[in-house]
Order: sequence, then C-alpha cells, then structure tokens
Amino acid sequence: MSQPIAFLPPRAAVLSQRARIIADLAALLPDGGLVHEARELVPFETDAYVAYRQLPLAVALPRTTQEVSAVLAYCNRHGIPVVPRGAGTSLCGGAIPQPDAVVLGLSRMSAILDVDLDNRVARVQAGVTNLSISETVGPEGFFYAPDPSSQLACTIGGNIGMNSGGAHCLKYGVTTNNLLGVTMVLMDGTVITLGGAHLDAAGYDLLGLVCGSEGQLGIVTEATVRILAKAEGARPVLFGFATSQEAGACVAEIIGAGIIPVAIEFMDRQAIEICEAFAKAGYPLHVGALLIIEVEGSEAEMEAMLAAIVTIARRHSVMTVRESQSATEAALIWKGRKSAFGATGRIADYICMDGTVPLGKLSHVLQRTEEICTGLGLRVANVFHAGDGNMHPLILFDANDPAEAAKAEDAGNEILKVCVEAGGCLTGEHGVGIEKRDLMRFQFSDADLAQQMAVRYAFDADWLLNPSKVFPLEGRPAA
Amino acid sequence: MSDVHRPQTEAEACEVIRHAAGTGTALSLLGGNTRAGLGNRVQARAVLCSTGLAGIVDYDPGEMVMTARAGTPLSDLEAVLAANNQMLAFEPIDHRGLLNTQGAPTIGGVFLSNASGPRRLSAGAARDSLLGLRFVNGRGEAIRAGGRVMKNVTGLDLVKLLAGSHGTLGFVTEVTFRVLPRPETEATILLPGLDDATASQAMAAAMAQASDVSAAAHIPQALAQPFSDILGRKTVWTALRLEGLSASVAVRVTALAARLSAFASVETLDALASNTLWRAIRDVTPLQVRQDLPLWRVSVAPTAGHRLVAALRQQADIAALYDWQGGLVWLQMSGQPQADVVRRTIAAVGGGHATLIRASDDQRSGVSAFEPQPEPIAALSARIKAKLDPAGIFSPGRMATVLGAKAGPIGMTG
Repeated sequence: MSQPIAFLPPRAAVLSQRARIIADLAALLPDGGLVHEARELVPFETDAYVAYRQLPLAVALPRTTQEVSAVLAYCNRHGIPVVPRGAGTSLCGGAIPQPDAVVLGLSRMSAILDVDLDNRVARVQAGVTNLSISETVGPEGFFYAPDPSSQLACTIGGNIGMNSGGAHCLKYGVTTNNLLGVTMVLMDGTVITLGGAHLDAAGYDLLGLVCGSEGQLGIVTEATVRILAKAEGARPVLFGFATSQEAGACVAEIIGAGIIPVAIEFMDRQAIEICEAFAKAGYPLHVGALLIIEVEGSEAEMEAMLAAIVTIARRHSVMTVRESQSATEAALIWKGRKSAFGATGRIADYICMDGTVPLGKLSHVLQRTEEICTGLGLRVANVFHAGDGNMHPLILFDANDPAEAAKAEDAGNEILKVCVEAGGCLTGEHGVGIEKRDLMRFQFSDADLAQQMAVRYAFDADWLLNPSKVFPLEGRPAA
Repeated sequence: MSDVHRPQTEAEACEVIRHAAGTGTALSLLGGNTRAGLGNRVQARAVLCSTGLAGIVDYDPGEMVMTARAGTPLSDLEAVLAANNQMLAFEPIDHRGLLNTQGAPTIGGVFLSNASGPRRLSAGAARDSLLGLRFVNGRGEAIRAGGRVMKNVTGLDLVKLLAGSHGTLGFVTEVTFRVLPRPETEATILLPGLDDATASQAMAAAMAQASDVSAAAHIPQALAQPFSDILGRKTVWTALRLEGLSASVAVRVTALAARLSAFASVETLDALASNTLWRAIRDVTPLQVRQDLPLWRVSVAPTAGHRLVAALRQQADIAALYDWQGGLVWLQMSGQPQADVVRRTIAAVGGGHATLIRASDDQRSGVSAFEPQPEPIAALSARIKAKLDPAGIFSPGRMATVLGAKAGPIGMTG
C-alpha cells in the first residue's frame, strides 16, 4: 500500500521569518509582483498533478530578468527554497509548492521579443504559451514544432523545464531539439546566456543539460527557439484494428520499413470511447484499437506515403481506414486525441503514466499493463505516442475511495517497472517531479543518481531550487 | 613516449582510471585519434584509448536504435546500417582530410566531438541523435546516462553534457543512438553566380518553403576547383539538397526551382552527383589542400555568415566555405589565426563561436582552440568538470581558455 509522497520538512528558520521575507520581496517587486494573502495563494497550491496541494510562503511574479535575479539572489542569501512555475500544467507535480518556498511564476513575462524569419528563430520570454509562438509565425508559413496537448496553456519555460514533447516529435523532435538558446538566472542571481540564433553553443552543452532539468538548475527567463516552414499539407488518417497487439505490430512494421510519418498516435477501445463521447471526432467504435497516422507534404508525397502505410496495415488485418476529408475533420481528429486527458477526467479520476519503451516491446508492455490493472480490479485507457514508444496508460479510479486510489498508484508503479525492465524509462515527457521521484532507483543505480546530483550541486549547492523534486530525498550527497 | 592504456572491458577502464586518479596521472582520452588537433594540445603522461572496446551491442532496425561500444570503427557500423537501409541522420564529418590524420574514426569520437555534417541544419547535430551512454567518471565509477528511447526526461540529461565534451568529462565506453531510414533518393538544386549576400537570401528563401530542404551550402568561386568534376564550369555555386521518396523529390525540385528562378537560372544534380557533392562539402574538401594554413570553424546565425566574411575581408586575407544555410563558415586564414580579429568580428555580427580546427603548434601559441566563455559560464563549467573529474585527470587543457602567448592552458573548463 502506497504512502503519501513526502516533501522535505519546511525550514523553520524560513517560516519564522515569513513577515520579513514578504516585506523584503515586495520591495524587490513593485507593481504588485508579490502575492502573499492566503486566499490569493490558493491558485498556486498545486498544478495538474492535483493529488497533492500545499500553500507556498509567497508567490513572486517578476516582470524582468533583473527582477528574477534579485529574487533569486535574495532567496539564496537567506536559504529560502524556490519553486519555479509556468502555467502550472505539470502532470508530475513539478510546480507544487511547499510551505517554506517562494513560487517564482513567469506568467507576467509573456512577450514575443523577436521573430527572425530569415534565420528561422523566435526569441521569446519564458512565460509565453507554446501555442502563441505558432500562432504568431503561422501567417508567415512557419510553426514551432513541439506540441504538448496542453499547448494552449503551457509556457515555453515549463516546456524547457520538462523537455516537453507532443504528438509530432516523431519527425520534429522534442524541446531540446528545437531550442537554440536561453537566458537564465542561476540561484545566486547570476544571469547567463547559453547559445543564441546560431547552432550548437560553444563549450559544454549546458543548454542540453538545462533542458528537462525541471527547475533544478536555474530559472529560464528567455528562450530562442527554432521555427520551421509549415508543410504544404497534412492529413491525419484513422486506422482501426481488432486488437491492440495488431495495432502495435503495425506500428513496428511501418517504422521498420523506413516510413516516418509526422505522428502515430494510439488509442485502445476504452480511450476511443472516452474521446469520441467528448469530441465527436468520428472515431470508429467497433474496433479494439485505433491509430491516428498523420502524413504531410505535397499531395504527391502524402499519397505515396499513405499507399505504403495502407499496404502494411492490410498485412495486419486493418478493419477500417478513413482519411479526413476536410480541414475541419482533421482538426476534430486531433481535438479528440489532445483532449484525451480532459475527457477522461470527466468520467473518472485517473492517474496518467508516461513511461517510454522500445518500439519492439509495445505489445508486450500493453499486455502487461492490462494484466496489472485488471488484476487489481481497475480500468485502464491507453492513449499514447506509438511512433516513439511513449505510453500514456490512464488508470481510472475513484478518488473518494482511498483504497482504490492506493491501488491505482500501485498499478502505476508496477507499470513503470515493466517499462524500465523492457529497456525503457520512467517518463518520456511529463517529467519526474514528485510523482516519480521515489521510483528513480528503478531506473538508475546509486552511482548514476549520485553523479546526476553532483552535477546539480554545481548549480545550486544549497539545494534551494525545486528541492523536493526529481531526486529521492534519501541518499542525497552532502555538498 | 607516453603509456597507452587500451582497456578491453569497462571494468578494466575503471581500474586504469582509479589508479590514475590515485596517483594524479593525467590521461589523454582518445578514440581512433583521427580528430587529433581538435582542441588545445593536452599535456598528459598517458593515453587512454577506447579502441579496445569495439563492436555493436544491440541493433534492431525496426526500433531505429543502435547500441555500440565507443571504440567501434565508424566504417563497420555504417556498413551494418547501410545493409539495413539506415544511416546516421547527422552525417558526421570525417576530419581525416582536413587534419591530415590516419586511422579509423570511432563512433565514440563522433559523439564526443559532436561531429555533424550538412544535414545538421535539418536533422539536428550528433548530440540530438544520442539517446544514452555509459561512461567512467574521474573516480573510476561506471555511470549509465539516458537510455535507448527517443523520449526520455528521467533525471538530468548527462548525455548531452558528455556529447561534445572532447574527453574532458568522462571516458565513454558505450553509446546508444537513433538512426534513420536512408532517403530513397536525393537531388540538388544549384544556383550559379550568386554573390555571398544574395546566396544568403536565396538560401533563406528556400528554407522558408515547404520543400523540406535537408542541406544548404554556398561555394565561392575560389574554392570551386575540387567540385569541377561534378559541377562542370568553374563559378560560384549555391546548393540546396532535397531528399525523400522519388515521387516527392521530383515534385519538390520543380516547385523549389520555380521559386528560386528569380535568383538565378536553376540547374539540378541527379542523386549520384548530389551524393558526391555533399560528401565533399561535409568533409570540406576545398580547404584540405593547404595544410599549412590555419582553419577556423565558425557557427553564427545563418544570415550573419556572409556579413562576418565581408567584415573579415577588410582586415585579413581569407577563404570561406558556407554550410548550414550560411551559418557554418569554414574560414581559412592566409597567415596567423588572428583569433582576436575573428572572435571580435563574430561578436560584432551578432554572436556565435569559433573553433580553431587546424593550426601548427606555433600558430596555436596563445590561442584558445574553443571559444573562451564569459566568466560565469566558465566558472560554472569548471564546477561541473570538478563534479565529474575531481582529480582533473581527463585530457587536461583540451577545452581550456588559453591566456596570452606562451602561457600554458589554465584550468577553466578543462
């Protein structure tokens, strides 16, 4: 039976100085940049991993890199933990605060600073939403490739923290592959710039290290991202199969044949029903598993690729093949997929796993997932990015039933063990946060983790940045 | 003569490193040693070489992922990939011609130097393909980082940190990387006669199209000689490569040629000639001839490349070849490296970095091979290095900032 996930014990020295800290920070953040009244703190008590909630000491909402620097330098001097926050859409509790921490929110830094089409880069503040970049450059024929399902709300700063992916990273990569530079503030207030509009920054790849570091190394305040020319056309096509195994085998054969569509999304029967009820996207309801495969390019290119995919799908007894007939229909197909988590939330409580496995192990892991959940008397819906093996089993439960909630958490842990044993990893795009922190030893040896933590110390020797996250609380090395 | 350690197993490597750390013996970390000369000269009594750790460990073409020991010769590995119609997406440069070195490049050396070629523009660098690795840290501990899946945000990404660290942070024993299907065919669109600035505009226009250009280079007239077999008459050429399914490439060639006809009268190269051309651009063939002249590799924003070259021409006699839409400039100097002039001018055109790729010992005196970092980043890098290599035994000085003539390398970043 699972225990609640522990946070570090609050620092008494910080709690006892609360009034003075608030006064000092308020002086650093004119124009109402400091939130500290209890009722105003409530929106910051959790993120999209709603199982845990705590009020922070205060919330700082700086408007400039200089203000971020001033706040961090102050907190560093006084030993105050800092929890960075973008839009609070983290699915792993990455932005959940703690009572002795200042939440540093980037929501007021949401300007697009520069769009340079000839060099295909955009320089933005960390608080801009993912989608607003594509919306800004879209009329010129460009887009920003990583597209997490929360892209309407989530910020580029949060995307960098979690190295966010999305449905289309099979072709275009994840955040780290589309990030060229950042301005970031280290815990002592030092402002550094890594990379820029050029490719491959000088020296050690600190940009690569920072991307996906979950706010452990510093606070990114600006980013230079790569934008790409939009394809001439794109078309999602639905492929229905009798079983998940057939769909999984079809994916492996498509990739094995050297065909890389921009996206291959998988849904099992449970997920199809949930998403169709919500989005009315026209998903076939008589199939056991559905693939949404998107091809893009010129008409000729899409035709050629689709023909090759259909040939393979027929070898796996595909039951239905349906091309979207219009832009509206294509949008609906994607809306259904991207609302999968929200739609599931309407019918039950759920926890969403994010393990990634080698493609050849997809069928095996799907089967084990089903067995684990059924064995515990739980329902599971599978919806995930099949092309890159990033699985998202949604384990349904009733949050009002503590025993069932505990079972769901156990099932999730078991599934992640299966992913790691299959040669995969705990999290493909959601991050470790608090959710998977205590599972890190499934994947890493003590020496592996100690090395990561040692590198972390080079950035934040007092362990003040997002301190309860990512690394197990026991076994943290001394500075 | 220095000792050469060539461990056959990771455990042996741990043993060698533990001993070296205990005695404070500096080790120069090497693979096939074909990229010797990248970085400052290393002062080390012993060499630790990965070539004893060879062989493909795991490869399932259907998963598009390969695991190989770090010392595996690149040619062996590429032959296996080719037999399965796959390839390394980032098209690694072979430095042997530029550096006049012998031997066999290793896959470890490719990733530790982040060696990327023309397709880096569209498919990412070596570091983008690297999914996981095993390495031995400076305490002699075997560490695993990353994994074998494409999406992985579990813990800190030490994989990226080690990629491009030139053997200064750890002894890499095994690498796991993504591979891609080889395109069915390719073709190259050629624009003759453009000056550097117009070529920059043409390449930007091409990259703004939905044509999926996989590589874009500009070859000035002075460097066109080695390409004369492929390109025919000797002039300046701007080249854009398209790859993919035959039907698709044909359609895109027509569309892109039409779009670019405003710049020049467009010619095209078939797959075979295109392949030969891009291999030569990848390996910088025109600048392999004058081994006595210093060569810089400069990365700037694509449209800053020609501005950099124009500004430098006011101050120095140079030859320049452009890849990556103009953002990668191979810069051959006629005498001394003139590091201050080159780096100051890069800063003036908007920033980037310069790496001294080829130079004699005399020419290297007082020059940092890698771009010196601003103080806070240099200090941070030094702290990170100390966490991986506390005794400072891995390739000391190779990536360091060199202060002034005759001063030895100082331990800024290793």
